[in-house]
Amino acid sequence: MKVLVAIKRVIDAYVKVRVKSDGSGVETQNVKMSMNPFCEIAVEEAVRMKEAGIASEVVVVSCGQQNSQETIRTALAMGADRGILVQSDAELQPLAIAKLLKGVVEKEQPELVLMGKQAVDNDFNQTGQMLSALLDWSQATFASKIEKSDGKLTVTREIDGGLETIEVALPAVVTADLRLNEPRYASLPNIMKAKKKPIDTMSAEDLGVDPSPRLSVVKVSEPPARQGGAKVGSVAELVEKLKNEAKVI
Amino acid sequence: MDFALSGEQNMLVESVRAFCERELYPHEELVEQSDEVPPELAQEIRDKALKAGFYAANMPEDLGGGGLDAVELALFERELGRPNYALQSFVVRPSNILQGCEGDQRERYLLPAIRGERMDCLAMTEPGAGSDVRGMSTRAVRDGDDWVVNGQKHFISHADVADFCILFAVTGEEETLRGPRKRISSFLVDHDTPGLEVRPGPRPVSHRGYKNCELYFTDCRIPGSALLGEEGKGFELANTWLGASRLTVATMCVGRAQRVMDLAVDWAAQRKQFGQPIGRNQGVGFKLADMATDIRAAELLTLMAAWNHGQGRMTDQDAAMAKVFASEMLARVTDEAVQIYGGMGLMDSLPLERFWRDARIERIWDGTSEIQRHIIARSLLRPLGA
Ligand SMILES: Cc1cc2nc3c(=O)[nH]c(=O)nc-3n(C[C@H](O)[C@H](O)[C@H](O)COP(=O)(O)OP(=O)(O)OC[C@H]3O[C@@H](n4cnc5c(N)ncnc54)[C@H](O)[C@@H]3O)c2cc1C
Repeated sequence: MKVLVAIKRVIDAYVKVRVKSDGSGVETQNVKMSMNPFCEIAVEEAVRMKEAGIASEVVVVSCGQQNSQETIRTALAMGADRGILVQSDAELQPLAIAKLLKGVVEKEQPELVLMGKQAVDNDFNQTGQMLSALLDWSQATFASKIEKSDGKLTVTREIDGGLETIEVALPAVVTADLRLNEPRYASLPNIMKAKKKPIDTMSAEDLGVDPSPRLSVVKVSEPPARQGGAKVGSVAELVEKLKNEAKVI
Repeated sequence: MDFALSGEQNMLVESVRAFCERELYPHEELVEQSDEVPPELAQEIRDKALKAGFYAANMPEDLGGGGLDAVELALFERELGRPNYALQSFVVRPSNILQGCEGDQRERYLLPAIRGERMDCLAMTEPGAGSDVRGMSTRAVRDGDDWVVNGQKHFISHADVADFCILFAVTGEEETLRGPRKRISSFLVDHDTPGLEVRPGPRPVSHRGYKNCELYFTDCRIPGSALLGEEGKGFELANTWLGASRLTVATMCVGRAQRVMDLAVDWAAQRKQFGQPIGRNQGVGFKLADMATDIRAAELLTLMAAWNHGQGRMTDQDAAMAKVFASEMLARVTDEAVQIYGGMGLMDSLPLERFWRDARIERIWDGTSEIQRHIIARSLLRPLGA
């Protein structure tokens, strides 16, 4: 089974994000960038499938600027076989990315597309679902366990109430949740090998997709600073504060 | 001139850092408290390092090592400077001098050291011979095909867990233009050789869990094949292969300082006194500024020496400058970090006090600060005949 893994370059999850002073977005200049943690989990799962003899080839694809190559290299160092960069300097929103990925899927013909459930920058949680709809493939989101048997996958999903187990027919799009696995650190030989693995570059035009954004960002602002807590002396005082200060009752 | 790391170098740094954070940091408390790395844990770290290809990262690829170049190795060891020293020591970099092994020695010492089957230690220092290593008195005397060794070594790092030592001993005297001089030779000695006893050494203030030992040689008989390199050429061999070990100290100091710096900045931003973060006071903010600048300078000095080393043109001066500056930088940075933490900086519930203690040894081993300055001064004055 050939597996395609879609990965995104985002601000490193441990960086304290700062909003630009003009409210147009967040500061990305001189900020450490990394692979989206959920994408890392997806890559890990694909590499494990390859090691277990379930996957025959693992191809990673990233849509974005030239520097997304670095993120692809990281995935190659984890054990993916080759990479594809769909290069675009435009702001890419979930629908555009889903369309670009559909183009890549049509070229590559994988049986399974693995991706993160969402990217930690915009938290959209849409791209996987959109891709499965565009392809008319089965989907399994929030996966915490994936098992393959003849022509289908058994996927355990993390849902509000607990865990849900579903069966999906292949081909399918599966999005990874946090507990699916713990991604490896790249081994030294694999880091060295990564530079020799091929990365193809294509453009949105090559795939016949217009990636222009459909949504416009009006304003980005910092969440309000958390107020310190206060102790109340009695139930009466609590009720009074809830009514008059917090105005919730 | 490009100071940016390549994509690959970045990946290497991130991967080693992740290894440290995941496989070594969680055991730091245990080692700091018990002053010991349990053998099972040591084996587990070895196995994981082997699996990740980090074991023997300094050794050439065709021998089964990691094949890192000098700059990559400096970055790799910089990251290993962050965790507890004893824990990282099981991500072994066998002594480069083993590359001087010839014939059967390769199969007996060099290759098993790279495969993680045997561990080496280096026995140079003696109670009577520290900075003045040529003043050593341990002797190896020819007896037929064998050598018979007598003498004592001390401060020998991790000899307790090593399987063999790379021993330096006197094998004769020679006349030079500056008078008579001891001939020093190097040997490979298995620790289970009769006549060699390895005893625990005293407990140092730095690096909990990392042991130094005393080696006693009493009519210890070793075969002729134990000679590493040529008779009388021990220091030449050491100069060829051990020049870069000072860079190891320097770069590990930089890594540890960076970890300390992050802690200091966090504290200065979060700890409030007089209604504001203490870092808002210039008295504290300027400390941070100096620390960050100090670290950057040490890092550049170290990477430059490493780069020169990779080009085959590192001078003694390059290595000495990096070692003396980085180790003294670490002393300043850890001391100021304790100051910024105030009383909490001294408590063993936080790691600051140990970084401060650990920093102390770096100015002493692998050549004291005075010896490094001596090397730099000599390389300035010698060309003028002074
Ligand atoms: C924990 C630990 C582990 C070690 N591990 C090893 C090991 O694995 N293998 C090994 O062989 N060695 C090892 N060493 C030895 C280490 O390299 C020596 O301690 C170091 O070289 C200094 O020697 P010394 O301690 O005898 O000090 P000394 O040489 O006695 O120096 C004492 C003081 O005199 C100063 N001094 C000496 N000569 C001069 C001079 N010419 N000019 C100006 N000042 C001078 C020194 O700088 C120092 O301040 C280890 C040491 C320690 C503490």
